[in-house]
Amino acid sequence: MSDEFNPRILGFLCNWCCYAAADAAGVSRFQYPPNLRTIRVMCTGRVDPSFILRGFIEGADGIFTGG
Amino acid sequence: MLTNADLQALEGNAGDFTAKIRQRPRYIDADACTACGLCTQYCPRHHVDPYNEGLSVTRPIHIDYAQAVPATYYIDPSSCLHLQHDTCQICVPVCQSHAIDFSQKPKEIELNVGAVILAPGFGRIDQSTLAKFGYGSHPDVVTSFEFERMTTASGPFMGEVKCFSDGRHPKRIAFIQCVGSRDLGCDNGYCSSVCCMYAIKEAMVAKEHDPEVDITIYYMDIRTQGKEFDKAQQRAEAMGIKFVRAKVGDITPWQNRLQLTYSTLEGGHEFEPFDLVVLSVGFESPRDARGIADITGIELNHYNFAKSETFQPLATNRDGVIVAGAFQGPKDIPESVTQASAAAGIAAGLLEKQRGQGIIHKDYPEEKTDTDEPRIGVFVCHCGINISSVVDVHQVEDSVADMEGVVYHTDSLYSCSQDAVETLKKTIIAHNLNRVVIAACSPRTHEPLFQETLKDAGLNPCLVEMVNIRDQCSWVHAGEPDAATDKSQDLVRMAVAKARKLKPLPAQTVPVTSRALIVGGGIAGMVVALTMAEQGFESVLLEKEKTLGGNLGLLNHTLSSSETAGYLKKLVARVKKNRKIDVLTSAEIVQTSGFIGNFSSVVATTVGKKQEEHTIDHGVVILATGGHEHRPDGYLLGKNSRVLTQQELEKRLAGRAKNRAPDSVVMIQCAGSRGDDLNYCSKVCCNHAVKNALKIKEINPDSQVIVLYRDMRTYGYAEDAYREARLKGVVFIPYELENKPEVYEKGRRLHVKFFDSLLQEEVDLTPDLLALSVGIVPDGTEELSKLLKAPLTDDKFFLEAHVKLRPVELPVDGVYVCGLAHGPKPVDETIAQAQAAAAKAAIPLVKGSVSVDPIVSSVDEKTCIGCGLCVSLCPFSAIEMIKVEKKRKARTIAASCKACGICASHCPTFAISMGGFTNEQINAQIEAFGRATKKETAEV
Repeated sequence: MSDEFNPRILGFLCNWCCYAAADAAGVSRFQYPPNLRTIRVMCTGRVDPSFILRGFIEGADGIFTGG
Repeated sequence: MLTNADLQALEGNAGDFTAKIRQRPRYIDADACTACGLCTQYCPRHHVDPYNEGLSVTRPIHIDYAQAVPATYYIDPSSCLHLQHDTCQICVPVCQSHAIDFSQKPKEIELNVGAVILAPGFGRIDQSTLAKFGYGSHPDVVTSFEFERMTTASGPFMGEVKCFSDGRHPKRIAFIQCVGSRDLGCDNGYCSSVCCMYAIKEAMVAKEHDPEVDITIYYMDIRTQGKEFDKAQQRAEAMGIKFVRAKVGDITPWQNRLQLTYSTLEGGHEFEPFDLVVLSVGFESPRDARGIADITGIELNHYNFAKSETFQPLATNRDGVIVAGAFQGPKDIPESVTQASAAAGIAAGLLEKQRGQGIIHKDYPEEKTDTDEPRIGVFVCHCGINISSVVDVHQVEDSVADMEGVVYHTDSLYSCSQDAVETLKKTIIAHNLNRVVIAACSPRTHEPLFQETLKDAGLNPCLVEMVNIRDQCSWVHAGEPDAATDKSQDLVRMAVAKARKLKPLPAQTVPVTSRALIVGGGIAGMVVALTMAEQGFESVLLEKEKTLGGNLGLLNHTLSSSETAGYLKKLVARVKKNRKIDVLTSAEIVQTSGFIGNFSSVVATTVGKKQEEHTIDHGVVILATGGHEHRPDGYLLGKNSRVLTQQELEKRLAGRAKNRAPDSVVMIQCAGSRGDDLNYCSKVCCNHAVKNALKIKEINPDSQVIVLYRDMRTYGYAEDAYREARLKGVVFIPYELENKPEVYEKGRRLHVKFFDSLLQEEVDLTPDLLALSVGIVPDGTEELSKLLKAPLTDDKFFLEAHVKLRPVELPVDGVYVCGLAHGPKPVDETIAQAQAAAAKAAIPLVKGSVSVDPIVSSVDEKTCIGCGLCVSLCPFSAIEMIKVEKKRKARTIAASCKACGICASHCPTFAISMGGFTNEQINAQIEAFGRATKKETAEV
């Protein structure tokens, strides 16, 4: 394995904006690093602070919320 | 939906038309095409991409853009090698779903329809007009359409603005307004109404891309008359975008740049160098307008747009043929969307008797009762090669084999194809699956399809979970197959973890009270009531005054010289006579409770000294509360008898007084508006001033009429009247807000002192009359906003659910708005908006029930401590407090809930859960995410 830092990022994506934008990025074939694992929510209002803490407990190097 | 189709003939009458349609071949079987895009990759021929304004190339076999409807590719016969030269056909074997069909022939279709809606849009300004500004002869002169594609992130240059001549980034950009508009040189005397606003938008986008870029907009009048549009201009100015009132005479190459020659109001000629010049091109009538008119038998106006009149803005001269959008006249998106809804409502009225016919109800097998033991089936899709060319689909599929609860897994070439869906259904039944995970594309597009399949297989539709390994994985990590496979495995594992916790959720429907409450009995409210009645729905029409009519009663005629009194009288008579409309005058709404489909309001009426209260149950409420003239300070209004408002002047001019149109009249536009007292444009005042000025000239041709204005906003066809006024000698002089006209009394004379920007000196006049264009303020919106929890703009107009796409709906479901309560607007726009509000409000009434997505929130009464935090946070008023055994408890109003989950994330006792997005499910996903992390750490 390379020594390069390869962060694991957990993302919470709003169905209506950020998730849709991520789809659109795909349709447009924009390329971005494959470090993100996403969870779709119906609104980032759904993101309980405990989800973020739990993400870190589970080893996430960063949490991304898009909404 | 018939695309690629042309109307050939239209026979018959309203209610019974026969339309002959010719559908051109698509050469692709729309049912089989999965929009994977493989064909385009293999097609060897280039095709100039019209969607990108010719700035990029595509292939003859293509889809116009990612969001195109239907999401089906098509072959442009003009450049296809097979269709032109009988060769190639490479696409045929490439297409794995065998969708390409060169044997397709044009189809003749005959349709029996009750109403026809014409919405062909607008045409393009002729090249010869653009050539006057150097377009075509210099590469760095571009149209605003080209610039729009250029600045779009998903456009041909990925949002990079550059000069076509040498690819450099422009440092200085000029926008030239009114290209092909307000220009008799190209026979377009009208204003295209949208260009000022889009130029501001494009300039701001360009500035966001490159804050250093210097942008100047050269204009005659900035016409940002729409709701909140002035604020956009203010934002643009704050960003450093310059606005210069000037006429551009010439654009010539100068070194490697372009030199603009322009003349200003003061008469000076100036030169300015630019790197890029953007022409703000206007709207032309559709290219085939004449043909459409011949086929449908409708009349066109003198600009070749569809002819319509003020009081029936969407009607044509042929009954049953309705027009909407830019073909009715140049207009922006909100106006077009409004007209589209209105047209649909009018058509629904014509088709009222046929409503519900031809509907086929689908039967589903009985839903299996859920067992706790999850039996999960995982289906991984190749999507042709869209996924499998990057992601190792088999590895992903194998990775689920020993996951808890997974009893079946397979892969599929196209999960969404008809045969695959059928196989999915059979597999669910054969393996007795009770949870399904589909790793394929986006749930935003395909979840409904798979939910339907689950229903067909006797499962609750909420028991499917989709994993997006295409749009958000293989497509965006094309060069990293291993990492993409890893990511896919993680995402699938997270989905399986969630799937274990999925619960069947019952579909909820709420019955609807089939009655509308309309607040406001002006023209907007009356049109709503009549439009609803035409569709067969009852309404209660509330008017706070003693009589119906509102502001229309204060007008005498409209700019297009339609006389108002006769129309109003007929309208009131029709409303009163209509049995479906219950009119309550001297009435005010005191209390409202409930939600879409089930409102209950208390209305107080006053008859003489007697007060009465009525309780009205209604399914929807339409706010048409109107507005009134603003009374600004500082202009001696109400203090000097020579000073009056445009409305008062109109009344005076319609009277019989001998000196009603005196020899000297001054008008001041924007008195109290646009940053004076009110910070918005009232849209109607410029037209009103021109209308009154013309009337004065008609009565007394020798009268000197001087209009002091900031920007003359006679948008659309009103530009004709503005031109006529100038031809008749009305003098228009611009002023600046910082240097506004001063009105004072000296002796018995009234003085108006202002700086004349044409003469470049101070002028002091003593007019016989001073007419103020005072603007419009809304009536009673604040009280209603509190009652209905419907938000307002800063200017106290109701804020629509979506400014562009849902212009007559409020964020609170079941509440609609039209007329002046939404924003200042002229009579024709008010009528169209009222028709639109009626059409939208009729939707829940037609359905008879409101269906609720089962993803809404639900409160566990046992855990709820009744703190009320959720009630105060809910942006949709979808949670209420109720008493359960003397304790306060929160309860979701399912019909109003939008499933955002703000309540759930803030509940201090975790008493609120979201259907399909429970804490348990999301936590399971997070834990599953963690498992990979831990595995990796262990390996290291």
